[in-house]
Amino acid sequence: MSQAVLSETPTKLLTKEFGRVVHRDPLWARVLLIGTAALFVVLLVLVPVIFVFAEALSKGASVFWQAINDRDAVAAFKLTAYTSAVAVALNLLFGLAASWAITKFSFRWKSFLITLIDLPFSVSPVISGLVFVLLFGAQGWMGPWLQAHEIKIIFAWPSILLATIFVTFPFIARELMPVMEAQGHEEEEAAVTLGASGWQIFWHVTLPNIRWALFYAVILCSARAIGEFGAVSVVSGHIRGETNTAPLHVELLYNEYATAAAFSIAAMLTLFALASLVLKAMAERWITTDAYSDFIFRSKT
Amino acid sequence: MLSVIPIRLSNIHKKFGNFVASENVSLDIRPGELLALLGPSGSGKTTLLRVIAGLETQDNGSVFFGEEDMTNIGPKDRRVGFVFQHYALFKHMNILQNVAFGLQVRKKRLGLSNAQIKERVLELLDLVQLGGIERRLPSQLSGGQRQRVALARALAVEPKVLLLDEPFGALDAKVRRELRRWLRIFHQQMAITTVFVTHDQDEAMEIADRIVIMNHGRIEQIGTPQEIYKHPASDFVSEFIGTGNPPAPLPAYLDAVPKIKEYEVEAGR
Repeated sequence: MSQAVLSETPTKLLTKEFGRVVHRDPLWARVLLIGTAALFVVLLVLVPVIFVFAEALSKGASVFWQAINDRDAVAAFKLTAYTSAVAVALNLLFGLAASWAITKFSFRWKSFLITLIDLPFSVSPVISGLVFVLLFGAQGWMGPWLQAHEIKIIFAWPSILLATIFVTFPFIARELMPVMEAQGHEEEEAAVTLGASGWQIFWHVTLPNIRWALFYAVILCSARAIGEFGAVSVVSGHIRGETNTAPLHVELLYNEYATAAAFSIAAMLTLFALASLVLKAMAERWITTDAYSDFIFRSKT
Repeated sequence: MLSVIPIRLSNIHKKFGNFVASENVSLDIRPGELLALLGPSGSGKTTLLRVIAGLETQDNGSVFFGEEDMTNIGPKDRRVGFVFQHYALFKHMNILQNVAFGLQVRKKRLGLSNAQIKERVLELLDLVQLGGIERRLPSQLSGGQRQRVALARALAVEPKVLLLDEPFGALDAKVRRELRRWLRIFHQQMAITTVFVTHDQDEAMEIADRIVIMNHGRIEQIGTPQEIYKHPASDFVSEFIGTGNPPAPLPAYLDAVPKIKEYEVEAGR
């Protein structure tokens, strides 16, 4: 028994051992369930994605090419890229700090902090955009002061960045917390008894252990930051070539009946989304080989 | 050669919320001895070990290594070798990197070159009989091998004291017996003050110079294995050590339960 088992991976072992006893549903039930799921995926995901590309190329490749090379479109792509890069970088710092603090220490306001991190998930993006308008807008709370000092936040890049950061705030911390929780502090404690400083522990022990989870979180966060529409729409002011992000540019073109151009921009965003899906799937596999295989080993010895 | 020092704990008090893990415990650990902290779970033995290492800060009391007051010195600067129950090997580093870690992080202060570090690590790996597998990852080792890597890693920094938390707890019975005999011999060669935590009476009896029996955060008795066996100081001790009535044999049906360790994946063997 044990000899045969040695070469098998633990998952295979499980299926082999217990596969026979698993209850099998009748054929019609399986067809019905799988069919329903497949129908929804096709209708709600596959058809729209295909439709985006079909519409983008409906007037021919040259129209598509022109649309994505248009001056305002390029400006929109650039704005989206800058904004997402800065937002993800800042959220990365925040997310690392927050999940480190929450999982490695215990303190009084811990559950309050966790709730606060989750807040952007439960607030509608449009509402959060409005909050920024009420705070920094001309009639807003800090409006007069900002105007007196000639600082422009609303209808300018700072507010787009703020709105994007707010909406993508939970992604990295939420992704890292369970992974860091599962890993515990033993390796860090071992490192400190060996004489490592806080930074050395972070760089040589903690960070390598969460690298793929971090990568995964950054991809998710970037995807969300690039696609953000609602909050940014409220605060941006839609100035062509200046405060128009790529998703906003899609809407703008569509409202001007430039359908093929709108779908061309949308196709570019979709391509990015698909690429991030592939990366995400890869990261998921790496996370599994990283952390969980070790977990399996640990629980077996 | 490592200098052999005594450890003195005086009035160590530690509470976790309302739970008293250590109640004014005082203990003198002799230079070079192999001391077992023995007790049921929740008796405060691991807390005491972690207080010695500085991983836990006591609410009250002080820790001395020889003449040196360690009370206000953090775990980073105490120079203890700590072997964790589940070894806590750095899973993304190979064996060489794991054992070298303590030297690597203090490379500048110690004035060591990479070549010198590597030489010392390979020497240590030979000492714990793990020569030749320094390029493997911890996940490619068996439990017993991982345990010895953890020991080599702890010894690499030339610690003043060696602390082991349930060193054989995660191993199966056969490997456990082999390793504890090996540790006994190893300790005699190393001459380093060593404290280990266990809940296994036989283990403590077999290898410790002296045993400290703990219960509810207090010391019930301190003595050599013979003293404790022949003259248990309290009902708790005699019951725990088993000098009173022998424990009832296991019910027969328990033998029919398949043992988990048959499924164990022993990679690298």
